[in-house]
Amino acid sequence: MSNLENLYREIILDHYRSPRNRGELATPPAHKVEGFNPLCGDEVTLYLDVRDGVLADIKMTGHGCSISQSSSSLMSAAVKGKALEDVQATIDTFKDLMTGHEAALKDESDVEVDLRRLGELAALQGVVKFPVRIKCATLAWNTLRQGLEEVSTS
Amino acid sequence: MTSFNARRVRADVPLLRRMVNGRPITYLDSGASSLQPRAVIEAMSRYYELHHANVHRGVYQTANEATEEYEGARAAIASFINAPGGADEVVFTKNTTESFNLLAHSWGASTLTRGDVVLVSEMEHHANIVPWFQLRDATGIEVRFIPVSDDYRLDLTKLDELLEGVKLVSVTAMSNVLGTKNPIGELAQAAHGVGALIAVDGAQSIVHGPTDVRELDVDFLAFSGHKMLGPTGIGVLWTRASVLESMPPFLGGGGMIADVRLDGFTPAKGVARFEAGTPPIAETVGLHAAVRYLVGLGMDNIADHDHELTVDALTRLESNFAGRVRIVGPHDTKDRGGVISLDVEGVHPHDVAQVLDEFGVCVRPGHHCAKPLMRRFGLAATARASFGPYSLKADTDVLLEALEAAISMFG
Repeated sequence: MSNLENLYREIILDHYRSPRNRGELATPPAHKVEGFNPLCGDEVTLYLDVRDGVLADIKMTGHGCSISQSSSSLMSAAVKGKALEDVQATIDTFKDLMTGHEAALKDESDVEVDLRRLGELAALQGVVKFPVRIKCATLAWNTLRQGLEEVSTS
Repeated sequence: MTSFNARRVRADVPLLRRMVNGRPITYLDSGASSLQPRAVIEAMSRYYELHHANVHRGVYQTANEATEEYEGARAAIASFINAPGGADEVVFTKNTTESFNLLAHSWGASTLTRGDVVLVSEMEHHANIVPWFQLRDATGIEVRFIPVSDDYRLDLTKLDELLEGVKLVSVTAMSNVLGTKNPIGELAQAAHGVGALIAVDGAQSIVHGPTDVRELDVDFLAFSGHKMLGPTGIGVLWTRASVLESMPPFLGGGGMIADVRLDGFTPAKGVARFEAGTPPIAETVGLHAAVRYLVGLGMDNIADHDHELTVDALTRLESNFAGRVRIVGPHDTKDRGGVISLDVEGVHPHDVAQVLDEFGVCVRPGHHCAKPLMRRFGLAATARASFGPYSLKADTDVLLEALEAAISMFG
């Protein structure tokens, strides 16, 4: 598989063409948080419905490239209905895959564990071969982390 | 006599021999930064190997040589743009952006007061918008915009109204997104008619055709070395001597003073007072070599070549990709240069550029530092292909092949 095919895997193109959890939630009770990538103009708005320590629902709007849009779609599917500590763990694992990729890739066994935990999200690992695109993949995740911090402090 | 052969120009540019992803590089990002011919690279190496010393300081031989090289570049640039006052009107900066900052912070801050208007256009690069907003926030001037019409040209139908209260018109000679070439001569006349001055962003236009500040009758011209086959880190702000004399220094330090005492300082006369600190000497040498090279090719020849490439690319894009690719820029090739922004149906510009890279094609995705213009046309970004003097129709062949691949991958 070429680097390009590895980047644009079918599952990524599928989430780009048919993004999951598109839309808005009423605020309140949901919390709204926006993320921007000023360099490329990508935007994501997340609506987070947090109840009893669980991310009960998540919706999103925004626009951007296939990597940013599929990453946010995949993210929403992965974290919806999960306990907040599981959501946090998924964010950490995904961020490790993106930012700590060099260290992670040295130790194959750790990568296996990470990829299993990530499920469908592992499809985004091709992004690490394209350093300038990592910020596309992490936009929604940084926004989610920020949103959850805002929820916990409010 | 000048002669022009794009294949020969191409052979002069070492970087164009590179392979990228197993294919010869197809460089279509000259609008962001041009590539350097060997003559430029060698001139800079020769300078460092033989002549380097700090300028305007030492009395020894190489210090004199370095100063001569530095001032020689200034004279060559003055002649390249036909500056009426010669080298004494050419201020070296870091790039076009710094030139506009110098213009706003020096001329603007000392001349404009609350309520004065700076008239820019909706198609400006952020470099010709943000410094004016900064000045507005500090002094209360007004920043007004000439709108852009649906056919991607400046809408000058209400120019008389727009000019009310205007002290400076500051517009680009050629849009870095649309490729539109603006009627600078006409705008200069209109500006002077209301007692305003006119500044021109020449970052793109400088390498796409001849620039004659006397003929255009403008007051300021800003451009960058690296977009005209020169190195990065060197730019120019040209200003009429009569205006330059009235401008206070912007950056303070060594080299820009006539005297420093315990109670204050007296700035140097002329361009020196805008060039604090050791300047980028080798870069001016490189820019001089670039100017020499461009003059050798003939700027009229380059303009003809650019036009031919643009007509060819637009024609083929329209016939091969009708309904699938929108060209964000004038379809009319009169007063239009070789910068072609594309909006590919269903494919984000970043993805377009990523697939193109697989074919060795270098284009620029993004908002091109022109967000107000992007917003005007309801776009977040475009994928932009831009030509240089070394570009060939063969580059467009590869572009079209790669575009087809991008569309089929996401289609």
